[in-house]
Amino acid sequence: MNFTRRDSLILGASAAAVALLPLQAFASGNNEAIAAFTGGAATSEGGIDLTAPEIAENGNTVPVAVSAPGAVSIILLAAGNPTPGVCTFNFGPLSGSQSASTRIRLAGTQEVIAIAKMADGSFVQTSRIVKVTIGGCGG
Amino acid sequence: MASGVKPRVKVPKTASVGDVILIKTLISHKMESGQRKDSDGNKIPQSIINTFSCDFNGQNVINVELHGAISTNPYFQFEATVPESGDFSFTWNDDDGSVYTESKSISVG
Repeated sequence: MNFTRRDSLILGASAAAVALLPLQAFASGNNEAIAAFTGGAATSEGGIDLTAPEIAENGNTVPVAVSAPGAVSIILLAAGNPTPGVCTFNFGPLSGSQSASTRIRLAGTQEVIAIAKMADGSFVQTSRIVKVTIGGCGG
Repeated sequence: MASGVKPRVKVPKTASVGDVILIKTLISHKMESGQRKDSDGNKIPQSIINTFSCDFNGQNVINVELHGAISTNPYFQFEATVPESGDFSFTWNDDDGSVYTESKSISVG
């Protein structure tokens, strides 16, 4: 079978389109996860602190800490993971501060998002880019 | 029940009334994410701890919903207020229905 120049261009273009598809799927998964938490309400900046390493050598355990004074719950999302949900912290009446830290898995270099629901029902959001040397999905 | 699950919790033994104390918890669990494949290319089904909660004398301190992106051996660090002497109870719920519990007492004086 002989490929003309036009054929190979079309093939190349469609391959690129297919390669881009999963990225878009990830992005819509994120928006859904965010909407499920906020109920579609708008989020603002500030009042929430997310601590994550700039470069994580091992994506299998990336230490992250989040704190949002006055929050009732905080959700963590990993935008570039096959499933964006990481965890949700719900603070009870005896919590000493609205902060927590844990260790998460990241599939690759990506944005980690934290959204806090405040006591007055508003939402604040922050994010950090984490560079991952070895991904933690074990594909 | 997943094998070799062992909870470890660090809580100070004493505190003053109304103190905010730091609690660290770790439970050994492989937290199978559902993304990995075995040598035949079949997906290994997800098997994780899906919720963790900490209560003090029946009142909730923190409740965490976990998903596949939490690391093996889930670790949590958080703070609690202690109004009186009592017991902290920690509960982890596994996807397979197992419940792992641990309790620690603290004396407030």
